[in-house]
Amino acid sequence: MGRVVLVTGVSRDVGRRFACFAAADPSVDRVIGVDVVPPRGDIGDVDFVRADIRNPLIAKVIAREGVDTVVHMSVIATPNSAGGRVAMKELNVIGTMQLLAACQKAENLKHLIVKSSTTVYGASSRDPAMFTEDMGPKRPPRSGYQREIEEIEGYVRSFARRRPDVRVAILRCANVMGPHVVSPLTDYFQMPVIPMVLGFDPRLQFLHEDDLNGALLRAVVSDVGGTFNVAGDGMVMLSQAVRRVGRAPMPMPAFAVRQAVAALRSARLTEFSPEMVSLITYGRGVDTTRTREVLGFEPAYTSAQAFADFGRRLGKETSAGPALAAPSRAFSGASRG
Amino acid sequence: MDEARIIPIGTGGRPGRGTGRAKPSAAARKLAADAGPAQAAVAKAVPKSGPKAVPKSGPKVGHGSAAPKSTPKPKVVAEPVAVTQERGTLPGIPISDWLAAIETGAREVFGQEWERRLAEYLAFLRRRIQGEYNVDDFGFDAEFTDRLFLAMARPLTQKWFRLEVRGVENIPATGGALVVSNHSGTVPVDGLMTMLAVHDQTGRFLRPLGADLVFRLPAISGLARRTGATLACQADAERLLNAGELVGVWPEGFKGIGKPFSERYKLQRFGRGGFVSAALSAGVPIVPLSVVGAEEIYPMVGNLSPLARLLNLPYLPVTPFFPLLGPLGLVPLPSKWLMEFAEPIRTDAYDATEAEDPMLVFDVTDQVRETIQQNLFTLLRDRQSVFR
Repeated sequence: MGRVVLVTGVSRDVGRRFACFAAADPSVDRVIGVDVVPPRGDIGDVDFVRADIRNPLIAKVIAREGVDTVVHMSVIATPNSAGGRVAMKELNVIGTMQLLAACQKAENLKHLIVKSSTTVYGASSRDPAMFTEDMGPKRPPRSGYQREIEEIEGYVRSFARRRPDVRVAILRCANVMGPHVVSPLTDYFQMPVIPMVLGFDPRLQFLHEDDLNGALLRAVVSDVGGTFNVAGDGMVMLSQAVRRVGRAPMPMPAFAVRQAVAALRSARLTEFSPEMVSLITYGRGVDTTRTREVLGFEPAYTSAQAFADFGRRLGKETSAGPALAAPSRAFSGASRG
Repeated sequence: MDEARIIPIGTGGRPGRGTGRAKPSAAARKLAADAGPAQAAVAKAVPKSGPKAVPKSGPKVGHGSAAPKSTPKPKVVAEPVAVTQERGTLPGIPISDWLAAIETGAREVFGQEWERRLAEYLAFLRRRIQGEYNVDDFGFDAEFTDRLFLAMARPLTQKWFRLEVRGVENIPATGGALVVSNHSGTVPVDGLMTMLAVHDQTGRFLRPLGADLVFRLPAISGLARRTGATLACQADAERLLNAGELVGVWPEGFKGIGKPFSERYKLQRFGRGGFVSAALSAGVPIVPLSVVGAEEIYPMVGNLSPLARLLNLPYLPVTPFFPLLGPLGLVPLPSKWLMEFAEPIRTDAYDATEAEDPMLVFDVTDQVRETIQQNLFTLLRDRQSVFR
């Protein structure tokens, strides 16, 4: 018997793409997309239900349609698209709480998958080189988005305690890259001159958009729960990334970068968050061993290949770097990249 | 010699296309426009070929037409008369001299096989500019470290500090190992020297563990990750050791590097022994390292601690020359350096679970500390004086 999957946040590109991807999978019977506004693009076989996850109505949808799997993808990082910082927090935190409340009532619910982000680890000078799933941020989050994800994950974990019969998987995904992705980070790499923090060269990890879909679907069809870091293999240094897309780096002192970003943000010209500023200062690495060994998912693209695929959109043949000398997992995606 | 005789090649100075015949070929005759007879074509061709050389001393090199203007038809010459005269030197430096100078310079810089070396260097530069290199998960860039960072430190080690390394055989050639060293010198030059010594003696890269201050400071942060350093924490140490890397640690930390000159060569407290538990759980040997000479490079006689607190730094040193002489005070004193790698302390006999046993951890920590201190005294006795 196939699954009935409910996907939240389908009005945004990532959610819509995953909904279509899941609908095409033979092990999934039916995909129901939920959002307050209709999706912009083609949603194929996905049934769209116009509902607000902040509204108890969502519980009725789950019960009536016989949903056994909920994929929560409605955690957003861009305040402008949500209509401001306050609305974003409301959507993220209250929306998740309401959704979890609805899930708790749903008798036939068996699986809950939450797309989280590696932003939850923060980025600071005290970070270990690679975060594993059992580590937390080294500095307590000071600002919005990171704290919101932390709270959301907290609610999800307490839901897992209340409903032990439901399998809960949290996927902490690295920054998504690919030809179709629009995010503050892709906007950043499309600038003609790319500001960098003077004297810092962070390590970045990317996840290809196809791998994001693959990892989420893997989490839907498998039967393991827990928290998983999902990211492409290897690292790309920011300076390397800038050079590979053929842009000119513009190093600026850290305080100047912070001020400029704050000014641009208040003018609503950018959605570059303070978390992003610390990311391009200190960088971050996550260990994906658990995803490989427990969840059984291998990303097809390395970080460098995902970035190269994004670079092609800029009309520039972007290199994924020289082939790794050591026998590496990098080759697994070589045929596709 | 004023004039040089030219031995003509091919036609022996006769016109034509090198057939050796007196008459120009049909093709050549056709080439000469509106001239019916072949003789006229030849006569015209002559002044063009060397109009200046002809009146003085005969024709120049080139077509080598022996015929002066008046000659009705090309004369078959028995002896070559094509000669040339040395011209006066041209203004400026001739190109050949430029090329020779460049070549000498290149040979001077790159050695005998300079062409290959130069091509390699340009390829290196191109890869750097295009971002065509790989880094590992820690941000370590082996090519950069080997070809730029360590290469620049090498003269400092060999010429300035005259580093002498002992006990190289104690560094394992393969597999993970933890090099534990004393720390001194106000500025962590000893870390750099240890990296260089290990690389030059064994060909392996030492991966240093640094305090979080290193990753907070601009410029130093970028350089540290690039040259293989990572944060001194249990997780990173174990990750590197399990990957079979050679890891360097300076457990004294700021207590060691920022101690006053009067306390030189006295080992400070070794922290909580986190490095020992990392080595125990990875089951790798610990190689104690004693470094003599680093204490004298910047003798710290004072500490501007209020200013240091203001800048959020652990200490702000005053040396006899800094800040008195300004930037000149940053030149390290040329002390004589000795480095001794002691016999490795094996940890594979213990269980990985024993890494949690605080008594064992303290015991091993003390053993390492004692070894380093004893070797420091031995090396100090062996050194003739601070600067020799």
